[in-house]
Amino acid sequence: MAQQFNLVVNGQSQAIQADPGTSLLTVLRENLGLTGSKYGCGEGQCGACTILLGGVARRACITPVSAAAGKPITTIEGLEQSGRLHPVQQAFLDAEAFQCAYCTSGMIMSSVALLRQNPHPTPAQIEQSLQGNICRCGTYPRIIEALQKVAKASQEHRS
Amino acid sequence: MSPPANKFAIEPERYEFHSPSLHQFALARRDFFKVLGSGIAVFATSKEAAPLQETAPGPRIQSPQLPKEITSWLHIGDDGTVTAFTGKVEVGQNARTSLTQSVADELRVPFSSVRMVMGDTELTPFDMGTFGSRTTPTMAPQLRRVAEAARTVLVETAAKQWNVPAAKLKAVDAKVTDPASGKSLTYAELARGKTLAQLLPDADPITSPSDWTIAGQPLPKVNARDLVTGKHQYTTDLRPENLLYARILRPPSFGATLASCDAKAASAMPDVVVVVDGNFVGAAAPTDAQSERAVASIRAQWNESPQKISDREIFDYLKRNASSDSDRHNDKQQKGSVAEGLSAAAHKLEAAYTVAYIAHAPLEPRAAVAEWNNGKMTVWTGTQRPFAVRTEVANALHIPESNVRVIVPDTGSAYGGKHTGDAAVEAARLAKSANRPVKLVWTREEEFTWAYFRPAGLVEVKSGLHADGKLTAWEFHNYHSGSSGIETPYDVPNQLVQYHSVPLILRCGSYRGLAATANHFARETHMDELARAANLDPLEFRLRNLSDPRLRAVLQAATQRFGWPGTKSKGGQGFGLAAGLEKGSYVATCAEVISDIKSSKLQVLRLVTAFECGAIINPNGLRNQVVGANIQGLGGALFESIQFENGRIKNPLFANYRVPRFRDLPVIEAVLLDRKDIPSAGAGETPIMAVAPAVGNALFDATGIRRRAMPLAPEA
Repeated sequence: MAQQFNLVVNGQSQAIQADPGTSLLTVLRENLGLTGSKYGCGEGQCGACTILLGGVARRACITPVSAAAGKPITTIEGLEQSGRLHPVQQAFLDAEAFQCAYCTSGMIMSSVALLRQNPHPTPAQIEQSLQGNICRCGTYPRIIEALQKVAKASQEHRS
Repeated sequence: MSPPANKFAIEPERYEFHSPSLHQFALARRDFFKVLGSGIAVFATSKEAAPLQETAPGPRIQSPQLPKEITSWLHIGDDGTVTAFTGKVEVGQNARTSLTQSVADELRVPFSSVRMVMGDTELTPFDMGTFGSRTTPTMAPQLRRVAEAARTVLVETAAKQWNVPAAKLKAVDAKVTDPASGKSLTYAELARGKTLAQLLPDADPITSPSDWTIAGQPLPKVNARDLVTGKHQYTTDLRPENLLYARILRPPSFGATLASCDAKAASAMPDVVVVVDGNFVGAAAPTDAQSERAVASIRAQWNESPQKISDREIFDYLKRNASSDSDRHNDKQQKGSVAEGLSAAAHKLEAAYTVAYIAHAPLEPRAAVAEWNNGKMTVWTGTQRPFAVRTEVANALHIPESNVRVIVPDTGSAYGGKHTGDAAVEAARLAKSANRPVKLVWTREEEFTWAYFRPAGLVEVKSGLHADGKLTAWEFHNYHSGSSGIETPYDVPNQLVQYHSVPLILRCGSYRGLAATANHFARETHMDELARAANLDPLEFRLRNLSDPRLRAVLQAATQRFGWPGTKSKGGQGFGLAAGLEKGSYVATCAEVISDIKSSKLQVLRLVTAFECGAIINPNGLRNQVVGANIQGLGGALFESIQFENGRIKNPLFANYRVPRFRDLPVIEAVLLDRKDIPSAGAGETPIMAVAPAVGNALFDATGIRRRAMPLAPEA
């Protein structure tokens, strides 16, 4: 039966009613109207639904809402700050690292999570980290290129 | 340029298998029409179409009354906004951007001032569909012609106003100017207050590629910002008021029919709508969880029909059940005598090649939102054929087509997989009963099972070669996969090329490049085998038998960039190449692989693909398409394969249907040849064709093992 859960999504507290087993993806999309996170497979295999839960990349489609309650959740909608794109979003845009772009939200969220842990990943580390994200259009090389640009920019920023 | 002497035509669209729609339903009728605003409107039409007169002010364009011959139209509003209308759709191939470029270029307005309305059966002209790489060669020139006509109307309007000859005026940057007097009027000023509808004059000259200013540029994708912020709304993201979420109860196997169905428990659930109609069983509820529970509670008995063929017997089946000569005479093309060619040959070769069924697996599954309102059905759905889906929905619900509107939001990819309206029909059926909007998103398992597949195929080749390395005979039979790319581009005096249709086992349909991949895999693998038999370098062998200058050019471009023939520096390394042409564009791919015979491991290290499709409209988008097609092609080349038995798909999940991922990435280089002297051809499909044979040939070079089946490394 439906229960109340308190979710902290993109910095805002939200009380929602859902069955405890309902996926976080369904709650984000149906209850909260945050449709940027996509359904691609429901089996945690394609990464289109990737969000950050407590700062870590998670597949929202296989995360029960009960496991997400109380922890900070960041979705693609939460990356842009006062009209300014997150550097990863900007890099995807600059490299045009998409075709149909259905995978893009998930790709960007996985990338953001990776760069938080490892600001200067090698191409091999990028591949490893994004292995769970499918782009059926095959735009992988541009995604790697976009991430490397973000990493390089942050290095230059520091030095 | 004259075509090569050995060219002959084979019916091009045979690969469009028309698998029957899954459902049929019952009901009513009602008329509708939709209106465009005022300004200047121009229509592109064929010579036979009835001309439209200049009209009185006020609403005037009623799409059901427009002749079907109209292929595109364009509207310049009071504020100067240009809206171009086309029935084509955007599925990631970048048509929205490239068509916008063509319109802006021809109309002489900034790229950003053009809005493209696409794939809406009420607003856009009739269109067969977005497939066969036809958007660029057909729709881009049509939109250019309509834009050119609009420019003429604007110039003539200014000429009349200034009382000067139109020929003295110039149209640049959304303005008409008179260089003599220095006067100028913006398009917005010229369109203001007008309700002028102009029929396109026949055979307007359009701007030649060498004079393009906006087309030909690597402009960024339209709406790109919404794609990185998650704002773009795909069909799956639409949430109209009062929305119900739908689930369908699927039969246990293909061909099963509903024997009995007890849906009382589901129907008794609050706010749940259940429909049982023919073999269709579905439910819709205010949440997805509720509709899932409702469907789970339905007790259905199915009569399963025996499905004897599995993926193990499929190729035997195809050979045994192939059509004979008399069935499909048009599919047989012959010249000279293969028997004579073979008797004159120094080397003879005979081999068979197979290609497995594969799935499109678009990341956005089939989905639809349907709304039933006052006897009219509106369906938003990701399809490549909105007008065909309108027909499907109308037929299924037994309502007139004029009471159905299909709208295609820019879609999460298709690859030839979204020609049908299955999800649209299902959502519409539920919405009509519920009298509320219904959204249906197929699960990944439904997508892998109830969509359709790229057909499996068997190709048998028999060939003969002169001692000097010239082909003397070529016999080529394709069973089931189709006739795209079936003709050999090589010069062979004696040929027999035939496509044999076979009754469907699995539901089949189009796929990016469709049979061109199977036919190129067979032909280009066989050419490699022949080169080895004649002890000739595979490139030298091809060039010796090839007069088509465009194909020679891509072969030379790819091999040059690749560094053909390459030098092996480590064990297990191998190099291969393949080439071909299809749908007016040309491709050559070189592959470098590394393979360990003992572990059967095959890794593709590098792909170099040269591609030529005439004048390039957007090199940025084209590069994305070419590289993407190469990567998608690797899936079918290496490991993608649908396994089935007893009318069930055995690997209907991403967990067991492997698609290319980051770790499968080789180094990929795309060499784009821009031919401004040749009209633009489509580019969505052809770049996928040469990947599999190039990789297979490289595998042979690495190991001496010849694989004649796609996928090449299913165990990898």
